[in-house]
Amino acid sequence: MKIKRKKMGIITRRSLTGLVFVSPWILGFIIFFINPLIQSVTFSLNNVLITAKGRKLSYVGIGNYRDIFTKDAFFVDRLVDFFKDIMLQLPLILVFALMIAILLNQSIKCKGLFRTLFFLPIIVVSGPVLSMLMDSGSTTIPLIEQYGVFDLVRDSVPVFLQEAVIGLLSELLLILWYSGVPTLIFFAGLQKIDVSLYEASYMDGASAWVSFWRIVLPAIRGMILINSIYVTVFLATSELNEVIILIRSNMLDASKGFGIASAMAWIYTVSILVIIGICYFLFGREPKAKVLHYDTPVKKRRMKRAKA
Amino acid sequence: MQKLDLTSTLIHLKTKLWGTPKDRGPVFKAIIYTLLISIGFVYLYPILDMFITSFMTLPDLLDASVKWIPRQLTLDNYKEAFEVMKVKETLWSTIEGALLPSLAQTLVCALTGYGLARYEFPFKKLIMALILLTFVVPPYVLMVPNYVMFSDYKLIGTLKTLIYPALLGQGTKSAIFILIFMQFFKQTPLALDEAARVDGASDAGIFLKIAVPLAIPAFILCFVFSFVWYWNDTYFTALYLNGANIADTSKISTMLLELQNFDAMYKAHIQNSAGWGASVMGESVANEAIRMASTVLTILPLLIMYFALQKYFVEGIDRAGITGE
Repeated sequence: MKIKRKKMGIITRRSLTGLVFVSPWILGFIIFFINPLIQSVTFSLNNVLITAKGRKLSYVGIGNYRDIFTKDAFFVDRLVDFFKDIMLQLPLILVFALMIAILLNQSIKCKGLFRTLFFLPIIVVSGPVLSMLMDSGSTTIPLIEQYGVFDLVRDSVPVFLQEAVIGLLSELLLILWYSGVPTLIFFAGLQKIDVSLYEASYMDGASAWVSFWRIVLPAIRGMILINSIYVTVFLATSELNEVIILIRSNMLDASKGFGIASAMAWIYTVSILVIIGICYFLFGREPKAKVLHYDTPVKKRRMKRAKA
Repeated sequence: MQKLDLTSTLIHLKTKLWGTPKDRGPVFKAIIYTLLISIGFVYLYPILDMFITSFMTLPDLLDASVKWIPRQLTLDNYKEAFEVMKVKETLWSTIEGALLPSLAQTLVCALTGYGLARYEFPFKKLIMALILLTFVVPPYVLMVPNYVMFSDYKLIGTLKTLIYPALLGQGTKSAIFILIFMQFFKQTPLALDEAARVDGASDAGIFLKIAVPLAIPAFILCFVFSFVWYWNDTYFTALYLNGANIADTSKISTMLLELQNFDAMYKAHIQNSAGWGASVMGESVANEAIRMASTVLTILPLLIMYFALQKYFVEGIDRAGITGE
């Protein structure tokens, strides 16, 4: 009995110490996350007037949300544009990032040099710097325009996506710039794969292509999910994003104020969560256990032999 | 018989050119290096272009035949950019505005990560889920109420608006750092802790003397990221440091903010230095070289830091082992 109590004491003390380590975060979570989150919901349901005495809230229900969809000329358009952009950019960034990570993971000379170079975008990417580079034309491929690729797009791509595709092509290099952190995450994942796996599969006659699909992809499934979430959040919070620029200008606009801005932020959040949900649906689930390929022929052969 | 010979030579040729996973052949290598160099070029090109343009004189800039090698190098663009962006005043506030929050953030995320990696306590799973939630919910939802809260406490226009959230683990993308630290601290062998405990070390002592020294690459990785993100951020710095009025010069400004409003700043600079008439007669829009010089100025400190810490940074990535959970 005595021993048990003593043991309990150690456990609770240890768990208390753990809580002490985490406590700043918990405190911050309450002050800077839960508290503003609740307030944000309140703001979005109210008309917020700023008077000399302070803020005056008057309840309008879903009025703000209705106004955004019926009265605001820009918000819905920009949100739809954002959806289209992300639909095209997300897969491209993931593919580029995975490709670069695989390249970096090969046994190459000047490994350090290439790594330093390829992680450079993480350092340089920022709103103002990128827009300066974009202005100076460093992010576009001049050839695309010269060879009439845009006309080709206008002829062949469905109308609602045309603008997004053209935007994507003209900023193709920008996509490469965005893939800094995803490359890094893929790279970390690839390094964990045991090299002997590749060798073993080679011995069994698997080509590089097959070992990519059978070894690399299954091993980095988790990274694909993490990356798709990261890229979505990154694109959604990038300073060049039109939606958030609109939200801020509404927030600082005295006639519309915090109510509308909060409601917009919520609509935006929900749509981002939807995108992340889709990513989770696509990449997050465990694949169903497949019947192994070599099983079937062997069985058939055996059955044939049995018949004979 | 001859046919078999042919296939076997073909296979032989293929292995020779393509190689095996252990020993890659020349064709494979050629493809890899071509891809590496061309993608590397994509990253290097704008930066090189930026550097070179920033040293060009006006005649060279206007001459289309001068692209890579300027006929004459000049530092005038930098002088101009220095003055337009008020580097003397803004450099320190930029460093301060990135350094203090990122130090606070790294420290607190390390504590949180350590607590989660090394201790069992009630609601741990819940806390981890909530940490992920803070990453997924975009900061723009919280921005309005946070702005209101900060202005209620008269903090708008001070660095405290950035430091306080960072100090409580709610800085920019804190969730990522907590996860990285968690992975790192999980890797330190528990036997070390126990040995230290037997020798009478306290929990804080174990953290400081054993866990932290073993996780130095994680600290550097997180610090570099955090510093870069705070340095590059203009959205929140503009909002929290400048408030509603971006042109208000009495408040803290950073180099990135100056860069963002470069055209306006340049106009103001021309008018200040040459009187009102100048902007009408002369060029009131900055030329490419000056723009590029100012862009170089803003990323140069980051590049220096990156190259200085690059070794540790890569080691941190190697060991961070971001997993799928």
